[in-house]
Amino acid sequence: MAKVPVQFTLNGSEKAEFVDGGTTLLNALRDKIGDTSPKGGCHQGTCGACSVIVDGELRLSCLTLAETCNGATITTTSGLAEGGVLHPLQRAFLDTFASQCGFCTPGMIMAAKVLLDHTPNPSRDEVVEALSGNICRCTGYEPIIQAVLTAARANSQNAA
Amino acid sequence: MALALQTFTTVKDANAALTAAGSRYLGGGTLVVRAANEGDISVATLVRATDPALSTIALSGGKVRIGASATMAEIALHPELGTLAKAARAVGGPAIRNMATVGGNLFAPSPYGDFAVALLALDATVGTDDGDTPIETFLAGRDNSRAIVTSVSFMLPRAGSFRFLKVSRVKPKGVSVLSIAIVLEQAGNGTVSSARIALGCMADRPVRARAAENALLGKTLDQDGIAAALAAATEGTAPITDPIASAWYRAEVLPVHLGRLLLG
Repeated sequence: MAKVPVQFTLNGSEKAEFVDGGTTLLNALRDKIGDTSPKGGCHQGTCGACSVIVDGELRLSCLTLAETCNGATITTTSGLAEGGVLHPLQRAFLDTFASQCGFCTPGMIMAAKVLLDHTPNPSRDEVVEALSGNICRCTGYEPIIQAVLTAARANSQNAA
Repeated sequence: MALALQTFTTVKDANAALTAAGSRYLGGGTLVVRAANEGDISVATLVRATDPALSTIALSGGKVRIGASATMAEIALHPELGTLAKAARAVGGPAIRNMATVGGNLFAPSPYGDFAVALLALDATVGTDDGDTPIETFLAGRDNSRAIVTSVSFMLPRAGSFRFLKVSRVKPKGVSVLSIAIVLEQAGNGTVSSARIALGCMADRPVRARAAENALLGKTLDQDGIAAALAAATEGTAPITDPIASAWYRAEVLPVHLGRLLLG
């Protein structure tokens, strides 16, 4: 079957690739472009490990066709660190031991980033709701919730 | 297997493309891309329509028309659809709600399709290029439905007359054990003058609890008044069995949750 062109901005860089028709954004990112930060967990929309930000909205890259993202601006966890300095969310996940096996972490961080972008000082309930589409089998969630609240506090201190 | 994606600006052209064997309509992708990921080889071509009218939410004279491509997140955040926000938020997590469309929810098999349960209680009308169909008729025939759903329309319920409950084991997000939507009108003396009760997971698609509805008419919303409705709640249902709950369990707990929603 003919290849189809896909073109989008990924973490600030223009990307253009030819993919098989029907290729998911997840597979295009991982197998074609080499960004392996989004993870393929369930491929059903259940686990959230493949979460990325498309034009400011949290999306599941396993259920999104790459062709439908032409012209979009996409953010993944691998694009968060700047100049070797970790993003506050990444720092907080490390500091609060919110990552164990690490498989769910990039999706968690994407979901948390969208939350903090819109709600810089979220309540605990808002954090729980924002992470409700992401499954973690290791941590029992509590350290992850604490990490997001810690990152929010760090952001507000920096802004003060 | 590679899939072909065909994009059209008009619903008419997309409908024409959907006459081809192996073609399926692509809305938010949460049903059909999932099916393709799971190896459903009956899906060969995905067709989508990008007409902006498909994403429009319009209110006029108390009537709501939601374009089929409107997402659960858009409905949940809409300033004039606050009464329905709870039902829209019942679907998936934040990422799913950014993708899942109201049109797609009409086709979601149990235990999914919680918003369609709300639409059934609202007695919505489902619009296609072939015309409008009452939602109950539409749901009954959805397996053979080919024309693209373009909209759902309904009268916006008065605040307080619409009640919705999704029961799940995982909080705040989890797959439904069952869901219940009720549109209830009460006379001046507090007795029930009309009731529409829709149930999710109590069949392979949303169903009305007609026996319970009839048993509520003329009754007051107290323990004695709703007893007959609770006793009749499972009449005509055929609950699903899945890893979340057995059919037996769903039938056992339905009257409990229906009672809480009616008395709450």
